[in-house]
Amino acid sequence: MADLSINLAGIKSPNPFWVASGPPANTAYQAHRAFDAGWGGVVWKTIGDPIVNVSSRYSSLNLGTRRMVGFNNIELISDRSPETNFREIAEVKKRWPDHALIASLMVDTRERWHEFVKRSEDAGADGIELNFGCPHGMCERGMGSAVGQQPEVAEKIVGWVMEAAKIPVITKLTPNITDVTFAARAARKAGSNAISLINTINSITQVNLDTFCPEPFVAGLSSHGGYCGPAVKPIALNMVQSCAADPQVRLPISGIGGIASWRDAAEFIALGSTSVQVCTAIMHYGFRIVEDMAEGLSDYLDSKGMKSVNDLIGRAVPTLQKWESLDLHYKRIASIDYEKCIGCNLCYIACEDGAHQAIALVPPNGHGLGPGRVPGKPIPEIKDQECVGCNLCSLVCPVDQCITMVSVDTKREKMSWSDYQRKLAQGEIEPIPAHP
Amino acid sequence: MPISPQLGQDAAAANMADIKPRYTPQEALIEANRCLFCFDAPCIQACPTGIDIPSFIKKIATGNPTGAARTILSANILGASCARVCPTSVLCEGACVVLDREGDPVKIGRLQRYATDHVAERKVSVLKTPAKKTGRRIAIIGGGPAGLGCAAELTQLGHSAVVFEKQPQAGGLNTYGIAYYKMPPQVSLEEVAMIRQLGVEFRCGIEVGKDIAVAQLEKEFDAVFIGIGLAGSPRLGIAGEELPEVMQALDFIAQIHTRPLHEVPVGRRVAVIGGGNTAIDAVTQARRLGAQDAAIVYRRAQADMSAYDFEQELAKRDGARFLFNVVPVEILGSDGHVTGLKLARAEKVGGKLKPVPGTEFVEPFDMILKAIGEQKQAGWLKQMFPALELDARGVVVRDVDTGQTNLPKVFAGGDCANGGREVVNAVAEGKKAARGIHAFLDGHKVSGPVQPSRLGVKDGAPVGSGFDRPIRVPELEKEYFAQVK
Ligand SMILES: Cc1cc2nc3c(=O)[nH]c(=O)nc-3n(C[C@H](O)[C@H](O)[C@H](O)COP(=O)(O)OP(=O)(O)OC[C@H]3O[C@@H](n4cnc5c(N)ncnc54)[C@H](O)[C@@H]3O)c2cc1C
Ligand SMILES: Cc1cc2nc3c(=O)[nH]c(=O)nc-3n(C[C@H](O)[C@H](O)[C@H](O)COP(=O)(O)O)c2cc1C
Ligand code: SF4
Ligand code: SF4
Ligand code: SF4
Repeated sequence: MADLSINLAGIKSPNPFWVASGPPANTAYQAHRAFDAGWGGVVWKTIGDPIVNVSSRYSSLNLGTRRMVGFNNIELISDRSPETNFREIAEVKKRWPDHALIASLMVDTRERWHEFVKRSEDAGADGIELNFGCPHGMCERGMGSAVGQQPEVAEKIVGWVMEAAKIPVITKLTPNITDVTFAARAARKAGSNAISLINTINSITQVNLDTFCPEPFVAGLSSHGGYCGPAVKPIALNMVQSCAADPQVRLPISGIGGIASWRDAAEFIALGSTSVQVCTAIMHYGFRIVEDMAEGLSDYLDSKGMKSVNDLIGRAVPTLQKWESLDLHYKRIASIDYEKCIGCNLCYIACEDGAHQAIALVPPNGHGLGPGRVPGKPIPEIKDQECVGCNLCSLVCPVDQCITMVSVDTKREKMSWSDYQRKLAQGEIEPIPAHP
Repeated sequence: MPISPQLGQDAAAANMADIKPRYTPQEALIEANRCLFCFDAPCIQACPTGIDIPSFIKKIATGNPTGAARTILSANILGASCARVCPTSVLCEGACVVLDREGDPVKIGRLQRYATDHVAERKVSVLKTPAKKTGRRIAIIGGGPAGLGCAAELTQLGHSAVVFEKQPQAGGLNTYGIAYYKMPPQVSLEEVAMIRQLGVEFRCGIEVGKDIAVAQLEKEFDAVFIGIGLAGSPRLGIAGEELPEVMQALDFIAQIHTRPLHEVPVGRRVAVIGGGNTAIDAVTQARRLGAQDAAIVYRRAQADMSAYDFEQELAKRDGARFLFNVVPVEILGSDGHVTGLKLARAEKVGGKLKPVPGTEFVEPFDMILKAIGEQKQAGWLKQMFPALELDARGVVVRDVDTGQTNLPKVFAGGDCANGGREVVNAVAEGKKAARGIHAFLDGHKVSGPVQPSRLGVKDGAPVGSGFDRPIRVPELEKEYFAQVK
């Protein structure tokens, strides 16, 4: 069995699965339940000077019958007092000495940062996470993403924290920024031991067409909320990989954003995360989801002959390169397995209206009853010469493994855009004619 | 003993309740989301009226049930009854690709009912008739599905349609003949009301040929549509047939539709003679109205039954018995009431089924329902339209696409022209005939409603005729395999 334990910048955890700072990490009661269920770490709900929340505070993006594909909140940091939070952290730490317990903090002045760092250490926290990411509410007070969006300001505040901190410090980054690596570099410059990302994304999930008020509805008004859940995973992966690949960052990463399964976790780890954090999936299904996450990751590592999570960290980072280095001579085309095809024609209309008119509808010659069992109904056929290999049809096809993309040997050497530009400049080749 | 009602009001109502109740909004949303929104979907091809099924299901999924009903009703004016009575497993749902993917098709019929109920209940009218009328008047003989389909389409094309119906209510078998647990008559009557609202004039209780002469229709109207359906079962020709508890299965079913359920007399032991869908409907309804024993008496084997498999299943689940390969030789009675049925084994002699002497046996019954096939209307047709061409079966010969008969002004559709099929075929043929009449009168061809899910179909192939027979029927599949090989 693979070793799931990790060490993120000195913070040890029996597994890479951490409860993210948010409602599931609000109280000692929840932390006990989380550790009981099998979570390796808990990042406490952000502690700061007590705030007051509004009542209605969440909304979601539902797709078809799938609920909470995306999730949005206008909640602020912890509404409990710092005293209560630190007391409970101490209590939890006592009972779970080998698990990771991280205090998430958000305050304003240098003195207050020093004070809160000290209080976290006194409570026995294994590390500190700096919340520079909350996109709503707090930034109006010069905190949260107001800080995270200005690398110079973030650098200054991380600096203040590092003056006082004896335990590892993780800087949590906001995605509400043009290039997240600038914020990551600032954290690194100021001495942060690690980064975590992403926090939530500015969003409006839905507008009520009767009241003309977006959700969540608060007495006739609403506010920009922070977006998270499955829908944000691709954005989070992109940002995690960008930081992991940036030579000026080189910090351990705790990956966050839309993680709900061992597969999601493995992808974040392969793109450079050491630990992963989960909020929305727990809010949806409870702490119990970690059982499958741990088991699934362990089995996966075993199946790949990897001895520990460390063997997976960053494995997919190098295969992501600038577009200029991709091979222009690589070609694939779509191929339909008629044993599987059910005759929905979605591939046809997608390619016809949305891509390259490379699929024809032809008589079902010899293909049994033909799709949809309507005798004589035409079936889709790929026009190999026209297919550019864009993948669209294979993505819309509702049957697994029905349309596969097959690599074609073009018998041509690799040539990237950069190679192409160089060869053109040197007069070695003629320009590639434009697509007709 | 004479027969009498068997159940009280509540028990009768419960037994006859909808076997497929309406979806809740949540159920409809879940089911609608199973649809893949196929392009040029096979389900459309398999629907005789060519409803744009993916489009209407999409509209349910987006929370636009009114639009869904508009899509349905603009293709099929009887969308509400078809949603309940169509044998969907050999039509649209049989063609649904999700059946191939998941082994269980999208429940198109139930979604269709959800949408049509939505507008029916709120009395939303989704169809329009042109403000400018053509001044053309068409007489429709018979207010069944074929006549209604024709009249509604004519009205939407700007013509005036007058329906002559001999029964007190229009709707044909939809009002008087469909198994009650599939559809109560109110649904059909609401459809008739909607069609009246569109501008169709109904003259009910008028039998053409008796109350009004065909000659007068031909004089007063620019065209005539014949949609008279079929007549009742022929006589058995055996002793005892005149006893009071021997009835046409159709008459028994009509009583169910015209009386309170708990006042319909039904035997304790009911025999239904026949092997088609009517026989199955009769035996099932007899059981549901409290018959302790109800048996299908069929002269051939089970495999030869023309009733759909799912209908046979339902009858079995309802506890009906089946007696195969037997023919009735005599209906027994005492004191002027039925007491039993004398049956004999049936055997083929020179291609004809004959009772085998010496194999007779008696089964006790107190009610006998005849469902040995509806008769063609050849007699009436020959008398009323002497020059009208009929085929050997006694069915009106007409152009399938336009409904036009050999008499240019006379069009026909539905059971009297197709020999007896489903409601959806009748309404489709009525609609086609309306377009045929429109073309005949004004020289215009009409195209169907816009079908978003087929926009851009290259050869412009017509819909609703793509595959004019039941699908997923094993014999037909075998036949098709043979063809493609
Ligand atoms: C018992 C039974 C159950 C059925 N169940 C189903 C089912 O579940 N699903 C399904 O899809 N199909 C079913 N069918 C078939 C379906 O009912 C018919 O195919 C359909 O009703 C045919 O429509 P139509 O308009 O051609 O004829 P009909 O429905 O028979 O209508 C003909 C109309 O013409 C009227 N008429 C006749 N002569 C005259 C005249 N001289 N003057 C004025 N009016 C006249 C009649 O009174 C009647 O109203 C069933 C049929 C039967 C018999
Ligand atoms: C209701 C809610 C409250 C949150 N509160 C905090 C917080 O106090 N501090 C913080 O750093 N992040 C907070 N987050 C952000 C989460 O920690 C996490 O970064 C984000 O939700 C993305 O992960 P997910 O897709 O697993 O939810 C909150 C998220 C939610 C949904
Ligand atoms: S891969 Fe793209 S171009 Fe090729 S058939 Fe599919 S959709 Fe068309
Ligand atoms: S999308 Fe897939 S299943 Fe649908 S027609 Fe194309 S190949 Fe067949
Ligand atoms: S065949 Fe099935 S999945 Fe496709 S459009 Fe029709 S109902 Fe929807």
